[in-house]
Amino acid sequence: MNVVRSSRIAKTLTLGVSVVLASAMLVAPARAATEITFQTNNSGTARDMWDALTAAYMKANPDVTIKVNYVPGGVEGDALLKSQLASGTAADVFIYNVGALLQAIDPVRNLVNLKNEPWMKTVNTGFIPSATGADGGIYAAPFGTAMGGGILYNKKVYSQLNLKVPLTWNEFMANNAKIKKAGIVPVINSFKDSWTTQLFVLGDHFNVAAAMPGFEKKFTANKIVLADNKATLAGFSYLEQIRKAGYTNKDAAATTFAKALEYLALGKGAHYPMLSAGIDTIVTNFPTKAPDIGFFAQPGTNAKSNGATVWMPSGIYISKTTKVLEEAKKFVAWTVSKESFQVQNKVVPPSGPYFIKGAPVSGNLTGVFTDLYNYMQKPGASYPALEFLTPVKGPNLSQICVEIGTGQKTALQGAKSYQKDLEKQSQQLGLAGW
Amino acid sequence: MKKKKNKIKSPYPMSLLVPGAVLYMALFFVPTILSLFFSLTRWTLQEWSFIGLENFKLYFSEEYLRIGFRNTIIYGFLTSALKVIIGLYLASFLSSKLRASGFMRSVLFFPTLVSTIGVGITFSILLNPWEGVVNQFIKWVAGLVGFTTDGPGWLVDPNLLPIISVSMVDVWKGVGIATLIYIAGIAAIPTDYYEAASIDGASKRQQFYQITLPLVRPAMFTVIILSFVGGLRSFDLIWAMTGGGPGFITDVLGSINYKQYTSGYFGLATAGNVILFALVSILVFPLARFLNKREVTM
Repeated sequence: MNVVRSSRIAKTLTLGVSVVLASAMLVAPARAATEITFQTNNSGTARDMWDALTAAYMKANPDVTIKVNYVPGGVEGDALLKSQLASGTAADVFIYNVGALLQAIDPVRNLVNLKNEPWMKTVNTGFIPSATGADGGIYAAPFGTAMGGGILYNKKVYSQLNLKVPLTWNEFMANNAKIKKAGIVPVINSFKDSWTTQLFVLGDHFNVAAAMPGFEKKFTANKIVLADNKATLAGFSYLEQIRKAGYTNKDAAATTFAKALEYLALGKGAHYPMLSAGIDTIVTNFPTKAPDIGFFAQPGTNAKSNGATVWMPSGIYISKTTKVLEEAKKFVAWTVSKESFQVQNKVVPPSGPYFIKGAPVSGNLTGVFTDLYNYMQKPGASYPALEFLTPVKGPNLSQICVEIGTGQKTALQGAKSYQKDLEKQSQQLGLAGW
Repeated sequence: MKKKKNKIKSPYPMSLLVPGAVLYMALFFVPTILSLFFSLTRWTLQEWSFIGLENFKLYFSEEYLRIGFRNTIIYGFLTSALKVIIGLYLASFLSSKLRASGFMRSVLFFPTLVSTIGVGITFSILLNPWEGVVNQFIKWVAGLVGFTTDGPGWLVDPNLLPIISVSMVDVWKGVGIATLIYIAGIAAIPTDYYEAASIDGASKRQQFYQITLPLVRPAMFTVIILSFVGGLRSFDLIWAMTGGGPGFITDVLGSINYKQYTSGYFGLATAGNVILFALVSILVFPLARFLNKREVTM
């Protein structure tokens, strides 16, 4: 018995010693290199993009290793990042939204101010307000391209049926009637991925802002009742009108984002209210069909004021708890450099303009890119989405839109529900006036 | 009398009691008190301010809470009742003298071992109203009889069907545990009773209703309590299958609280969990007492 026990102890000891030795050997060479942890979401083409970018950076900087952590996007990602920041375990560098969602993670407390970085001068000024904290500091470098929120459409269907890009909602509905007659689904909906259903509402902001000057200030101060204004109610009523007219796919409730893009690419559906970046997924999954797809702005009531609602790119942030601040800053600076854009162009051709002045654009540019670019070049034909102009954004909008789209609620009831959602969010964030 | 009882010295030495007490304090007592406290605050995980009962007021004014309460109760009762009934039938079947009963028991228990999220995603694909195997099958059968139907929208219908569909999957996944408890209960019944009864001429049916059913009652009560509590606080399967949607149709208290956490309403969500705790207590304590009493009088 004694013998057995002592031999066990000996075994444990040797095992322990060898573990210590082995880990010492593992650590030793790593000491020379700096490790930067990096976190981004795994949605769409993000993984391809960051695998390529980090590989390129490490090749150019052999003394640096970048450890990438891919996490889910959406509400799961929000919750994860908030708890990481609160517990001091956030990655050194990470990607997250700018605008309303940035304000919700308290940039002044948690993030490194990048205002005085030399590359900041090259950032397109349109990006700055949505990356600015309450103290005036600028906390993000832009990553990715501008996105348009509007309608992706199948140009082949349009040319077959001899249709014109609509400038007003009535023209849009007239097109839909002809498309339905031809046996094609006029408007694809994908309620299974509920975030995709918000586009009619969020993408209508160009029209809301045109109809109600000074909207954002009043909205932020709780001086707007959504249900009382024709302009703010319009987006909700579009969802209702499409459902009532039977213009959507009958499997909408079970359709996902990827499936919806498949319908669009294959011409089973003609329109998909979506961000222009949806084209990236078509380029990946149906490369031969990508040229058939175009983009137009959400049509409003007035043909004379027609323009696109524009989404800002994501932000690249450095967390305050980082221990490798200088290296992290170097890496972020590289992501907005020419070399970085060359890699990005190669992985996915841009679906909209970059937010760095002089960033090279190359690769197989899609029709969606050109369409969006034209809106953004034309004076007065583009306007930022609401979430980049105010911290007020209710988390339940997507579910409320599903309720309207599936007929559980009318547009008016939906607008009222969303108003309550806004109230709750603003109170929880402690905003003035709510 | 009572005071005296408390003074009786514990038969265990201090050194055995301390680790348990420390773990209990650190992992259970302190967090519970903290969550009660934070339910009274507006909390960003990094900062908090005391706001009294505001969170509870706000929570009860939530528009979708009614659906959440309704679904929580439906889900709790439905899954519990079905597990109690189906589990008993399965257990009496698997307790009879069968070839390969060990294998059959394992097969029944298998879903319990699989990840809930995996089960949820699998079933949401199977139950897809347009491409799912279930409705394809229904269409095929209907076609044979000369009907045309699309089949029900298991998870997307805008009424009670989705929450019932999820409940059924929960029953499929969880009935193995109920059956296992029943099997243990049945195995504990002395065979003398059955022998005596059969000598007296009792039929198999009589033996089941007069011997098995009353004597398996302790096991049944365990199943009732466990599955009811599990049903009331369930969240993972629902989240994996429907995410509370379409819209808010399949929200339960658990998923409402989760969404509030992800929105950053940490104080409010904590209050929600306190309310869920209260709801479970209000429903389960009287039930447990009632069942315990019946056990004694039996």
